[in-house]
Amino acid sequence: MTTRLLVNVALNGLTLAALYFIVASGFSIVFGLLRTVNMAHGALYLLGAYIGYDVAAAHGWWWGVLAAAIAVGLLGAAMQKWLLDRLQGQDLRQALVTIGLSIVLGDLLLARYGGLTYQFDPPDALYGSVRLPADLGGYPTFRLFLIGVALAVGLGLWLLMYRTRLGMAIRAGVDDRAMLSAMGFNVPRLFILVFALGAAMAGLAGVIGGSALSVAPGEDARYLMSSLVVVIVGGMGSLGGAALGALLVAYAEQIGLVLFPHYAILLTFVIMIAVLAVRPRGLLGRA
Amino acid sequence: MKKTSPSLRWVVLAALVLAPLVLPAFWLQNIFAKAAVFGIVALSLSFLNTYGGMVSMAQMAAAGLAAYAMAYTSINGSGLGVPLPWPLALLISLTVGTVFGALTGWIASRTRDVYLLMLTLAIGMGVFSFAQQNTELFNAFDGINGVAAPRLGHLSLNAPIPFYVLSVGLAWLLLVLVNHVVRTPFGLALQGLRDSDRRLAALGYRVTLHKVAAFALAGFMASVGGVLMLWYQGQIAPGSVGLAAATNILVIAVLGGLRRPAGAFAGALVFVLLQTFATDLFFRDRYNTLIGAVFLLVVLFLPSGVLGLTDLVSRLRRATRTRQAGEQSSSIP
Amino acid sequence: MFHKTPFSRSALAIAAISGALLATPAWAQVKVGVLATLEGPFASPGQDSVRGVQLALDDVKSSAGGKSITMIVEGTNAEPDVVVAKARKLVEQDKVDVIIGPLSGSEGIAIKNYSKSVPGVTFINGSSAAEDTTLRDPSPNFFRFMGDGTQWMAGLGRYAYDVKKYHRVAIVSEDYSFPYSQVNGFMQEFCARGGKVPAKLWVPLGTKDYSSVIAQLPSDVDAVFVVLGGSDAVTFMSQYNQTGGQAHMMGGSITVDQSVLSARGPFRKQIIGMLSSGPTADNNDAPEWKSFVAAYRKKFPDGLQSPSLFANNYYTATKAMTLALDQVHGDLSDHQAAFRKTLSNLTVKSPSGEVRLDGNRQGIVDVYLTEVDQNAQGQLFNKLVKVTKGVNQTLGQPREAYLAKGEAGRNYPSCP
Repeated sequence: MTTRLLVNVALNGLTLAALYFIVASGFSIVFGLLRTVNMAHGALYLLGAYIGYDVAAAHGWWWGVLAAAIAVGLLGAAMQKWLLDRLQGQDLRQALVTIGLSIVLGDLLLARYGGLTYQFDPPDALYGSVRLPADLGGYPTFRLFLIGVALAVGLGLWLLMYRTRLGMAIRAGVDDRAMLSAMGFNVPRLFILVFALGAAMAGLAGVIGGSALSVAPGEDARYLMSSLVVVIVGGMGSLGGAALGALLVAYAEQIGLVLFPHYAILLTFVIMIAVLAVRPRGLLGRA
Repeated sequence: MKKTSPSLRWVVLAALVLAPLVLPAFWLQNIFAKAAVFGIVALSLSFLNTYGGMVSMAQMAAAGLAAYAMAYTSINGSGLGVPLPWPLALLISLTVGTVFGALTGWIASRTRDVYLLMLTLAIGMGVFSFAQQNTELFNAFDGINGVAAPRLGHLSLNAPIPFYVLSVGLAWLLLVLVNHVVRTPFGLALQGLRDSDRRLAALGYRVTLHKVAAFALAGFMASVGGVLMLWYQGQIAPGSVGLAAATNILVIAVLGGLRRPAGAFAGALVFVLLQTFATDLFFRDRYNTLIGAVFLLVVLFLPSGVLGLTDLVSRLRRATRTRQAGEQSSSIP
Repeated sequence: MFHKTPFSRSALAIAAISGALLATPAWAQVKVGVLATLEGPFASPGQDSVRGVQLALDDVKSSAGGKSITMIVEGTNAEPDVVVAKARKLVEQDKVDVIIGPLSGSEGIAIKNYSKSVPGVTFINGSSAAEDTTLRDPSPNFFRFMGDGTQWMAGLGRYAYDVKKYHRVAIVSEDYSFPYSQVNGFMQEFCARGGKVPAKLWVPLGTKDYSSVIAQLPSDVDAVFVVLGGSDAVTFMSQYNQTGGQAHMMGGSITVDQSVLSARGPFRKQIIGMLSSGPTADNNDAPEWKSFVAAYRKKFPDGLQSPSLFANNYYTATKAMTLALDQVHGDLSDHQAAFRKTLSNLTVKSPSGEVRLDGNRQGIVDVYLTEVDQNAQGQLFNKLVKVTKGVNQTLGQPREAYLAKGEAGRNYPSCP
């Protein structure tokens, strides 16, 4: 393996892990507090990507990002308030409802945007390539930007969870929901806020991921699966776990693609199966 | 555990027997036989959930593996595999599916609830990825096509009426099998497992063995569905074991209500009807929206599935009778 | 009560005639099913295919051989089991007489095998271009009035080696039947001349992340041959462009097709100068092509800037059908025997040259070597470099020898 290839694999893994972390963070938050497996997470990602594309085409990329996050966040709040809240405690039924929503949303998006692939036009500062030192070639600037975004998201969520009253309530809720309610927190409203936050993250990730790669039907299923794997491997409700899971999965994929390209995709599932079978609560998760 | 009322069962049985004499081939083959085939695979999921408390998204993968094994050992247009006499090929296919089921059960023995759903989903997706990438056994993206169904004398098994009889007959047999199994000591232990596996282990039962056996049985049922599916389609490709296919089986099982085994077939019939005629009634290609919406309504408001509507009817009847009795008694001077 | 006034009698007559016109009886209709990929990575080509069919039907005012033609379109997604399910719906539910399609390579193979089980329906290939659809084990009721993926590469390998002096080429390709045929066509000529292909990188259809592939491209090659279609091509070019790569590029027939050249995005800078080969050339000045382009632009102002090869192929298939129907005066009796015989002996003047069929009902066609260029309005188009006329399925080699070489696939041909 040449140095160039090694450096590329290292960077590819890191940037892909950043993308997976950004996408999975919303899923992890919702899974962590509400114990809801939001199988519509991928559909929300795709919705954010399309909304972001429309807004970005008219007003610019940054507005697209903002619009995607807000719009999908509002939808998430609506989902929690009207559909999921009444099923609180029935994990399986909640998962089924989100599956139904993902089917409907996926099909409606297909109807509206068709089967074409869309490419974002990121701002010029973010597009193009960065020349790596020592004649190692170029590397896409936007992918390096992903690392920055992932760090920002991670830091922001960490501050929220560990340095605010809201975050304290969320963490308490993971351990004991009843006690939280007894202490006077408006639990239903808290849940709506959390779900909206998770959905907003999905929408944001849609624009980010869409700009790094592209937007097309089928991306919803792909990112749902990757978020599932990342959160399972890393552990429920743990941000650090999501980061660890993202790194593990991304590097497994990239190294796999170099060593045995035909079956590299399988590696992701093998890892997920192995972790679920042996340590169901994930590497850094708690019971 | 609910069972359909005996009178309803006789009506359905009579209708199914008379159907070949009345309905055109299109309906026999593309509606009822197809519903029976999907229903069989959904039955395996429904069985595991209702009596074992385990939602397995790997049932379509089991069916698909059996179909691939059958295609590989039959004469096919892709030039792949070793053609064997069809009874032997059938035996091999059913074994493949059953063993896969047992393996899934073993891997999943330590997981429960939603984790089990995700684990079996991952297993299903793993099978899909492998089938899509491997050329030697699965013929990768193209799949194996041009597969001929076996012939009994001069009768081809995928001609409309023989296929209808075969699939509906097998569906009925498997339903009887499920209803029988759940009343055996094994079936009762399984239900105990569903309610609390720790208690069951404390009583001395081998929990893992029971789970593996249940999954093996489900795998066997799914295999039967898979082979029938192969004969119906005349081919098998990775798309048949992908995420959409697995989700469809879940949708069918839920539509039928996860509380009684026969529901799987009701759900399958509704699904196939929607799929076939929605394109003519609804906006051309939006039948996925329709099915998704129906699915949502069922999950939210009809936990017993579409068969829950019959419960609704009987409940209404009882309510009106009680009311009438009440009125009568109050009108006695 | 019913007064036999002149008014009511003529009203009755009008009602009767309109009733007769509205309810065209089955024997005065030809039902045609169209299979096109309206979902997935080939959604845009799929849309253009349907435009091609519509243009051909417009030419004959939706009527041929004295019968009116009804078109029913079913969308697919390039997966073999979906296309067969849709074909069955067309045959068993809609009772079509002819099916035009499918679009994608692996769909074509599945449909070929399906067609053997429904001898009563005639299948005319849309744009699917895998070799094996007609080369091995053909179906008697499946007709392909166009070249296959291998034929479309005629001249490219030779030109790349002799004229452009590319002696080492790496290949990035989708991993299914049609690209296998394209790589085969290229390498037959290229390897025979002494060219070397040190790396072949296969990616699953619909891949979005090409970072690993780009990282593995050898740095000591003269050119990269990219055999990706539709949205995959767009995504790869964009990511390659962002890596700052400078290699020369050659494309497969659908890599630089109009559905890709018309797309928006930063990848366009990467494509100019890209060598390719296929069934069409955008600035071809043959009169049939020019009138086809004019008709396309007039009818579809919202379509692509110029018709894609998919529109061309579906148009030719439909034209073949209408020509044959006219010649047999709409006679589809006896399992469409006369209709099929006529199709087998037909020579169609397609927009991109004459097409006639060989013994396997496979087209013998003209192939165009092209290079991507930009016109004054900033639009990208395929500039004609060279035409090779009358290319057959074995690229001029004797059939037995060609077949004996082996099936196109991941490992064959090979010249590292």
